[in-house]
Amino acid sequence: MTPSLFSADGLVGIIFLLMLAATLVGAIVVVTAKRLVRALAGLIVCFVGVASMYFYLNSPFVSMMQILIYVGAIAVTIAFAIMFADPEGKEQKNHGNLLSGPVGFCCATLVTFGLAALALSANWIPFAKINDGSVKEVGTQLLTTHAMVFELVSVLLLIAILGALVIAREGRRN
Amino acid sequence: MSLTLFNVLAAVIIIVAFVALNAAYLVWAERRGAGRIQRRPGPNINGPFGLFQPPLDGLKLMAKQLLIPNNTDKAVFITAPVLAMFPAIMSFVTIPFSDILVAHNINIGLLCVFAFASMGGMSLFFAGWSSRNKYAMMAAVRAVSQSVAYEIPMLITVITVVMISGSLDLREIVRQQSGNFLHWNIFPLLGNSHNLLMPFSFLIFFICSLAETNRAPFDLGEAESELVAGYHIEYGSMGFGLFFMGEYANIVVGASLATLLFLGGWACPFGLFPGVWWFLIKVYALIATVIWIRWTFPRTTIYSLLNLSWKVLIPLSLFNLLLTAGLLKVF
Repeated sequence: MTPSLFSADGLVGIIFLLMLAATLVGAIVVVTAKRLVRALAGLIVCFVGVASMYFYLNSPFVSMMQILIYVGAIAVTIAFAIMFADPEGKEQKNHGNLLSGPVGFCCATLVTFGLAALALSANWIPFAKINDGSVKEVGTQLLTTHAMVFELVSVLLLIAILGALVIAREGRRN
Repeated sequence: MSLTLFNVLAAVIIIVAFVALNAAYLVWAERRGAGRIQRRPGPNINGPFGLFQPPLDGLKLMAKQLLIPNNTDKAVFITAPVLAMFPAIMSFVTIPFSDILVAHNINIGLLCVFAFASMGGMSLFFAGWSSRNKYAMMAAVRAVSQSVAYEIPMLITVITVVMISGSLDLREIVRQQSGNFLHWNIFPLLGNSHNLLMPFSFLIFFICSLAETNRAPFDLGEAESELVAGYHIEYGSMGFGLFFMGEYANIVVGASLATLLFLGGWACPFGLFPGVWWFLIKVYALIATVIWIRWTFPRTTIYSLLNLSWKVLIPLSLFNLLLTAGLLKVF
């Protein structure tokens, strides 16, 4: 049964389509924008769109984390990088040759096709809502089921911090 | 509870009206408060106590021509003021005013508020950067470094509170503080924390919320003595009005969060008649303090501002986090 357009369910559906469009448009803006700031704005729109996809997939916790980390932290870090760059934002010339467009398109199609085929053929284990988003549940899952991933991520972050420190100290010596 | 379109629309209208009215009338309150502190009347011509000033100001701003300077990055330039109001409005979707008065309570409400609040800094960056103006650009640089610096101690402090209550549900956090004022998170004796440093936690949170909302003495992004006006220098008419209202809307969000996390939300200090009125009393008392601070303290410099965060607030809040974790383990 398709819900009426003028009901809460209809509204939810419209917003889903809007967010889907926002994700795609944002992603396209990122790769086509000539100015870095616009690319960043597109990236944020894309992140918010992806976050809303998570929300529709019944995992509000992941969705909020997506916004908090990607928009709140990563986009701001990129903003820092942009501030070090040329503020006038000169329009860059396109450096690719004629082949780069079609080849890139073919590669992207292949990857998308492969992923879609994998997703369709995979034997998904139906999860009844994995967690209700409560901190306790998420914490338990992180430190038991996903402990390996958790530790790997912390090692990665540690390396990043050490790298930043090394670079910063080099700069101070000179 | 079935969600109908009417419910959704009603919630949206009430939230937007609440945020906008608060923003408009806090401008009035601030100007009156500034007048009182500086021994002058403040706006007192239009209506009793100048109460008609905010709607008239709004009308004036909306009637003015929307001017977009030539070399600006138009799309980003127009988006920035919208982004200034958006996080505050989104935050109120999940901020509970009392046990039953909440637009939509989700069990990760606190996370939701901070997720949207973290987008606030981007509005200042986009505004300053797309203006193509030296002063606006300087303001954008300051605003971003400031919001990065103060988000860290703020989140660490919030994690301390979350560890104590074991929940991200704002309603649940308040429920655990119900009773008289000794049960509130800010007082360590009867609460769940036993951490004697909780008042300092509250102080850190309050300082960070001042800095995050770009309020004096931390309003380096709009230091008019150095930057003419700051990130909104090129904005006129309602574009400027939205930035102005966004600032006050964010103050309301910050004060509401401080009330919910530390001051017991809608709990009464003496355990009598808990309800939405106590929540509003606490929120507006905090907002009055914010206004009072602005007109009492001079503006700091950007270096001392960043030093305060990285060298004082972050170590202190980390220490407090560790101490709370240890105490929770012991008791």
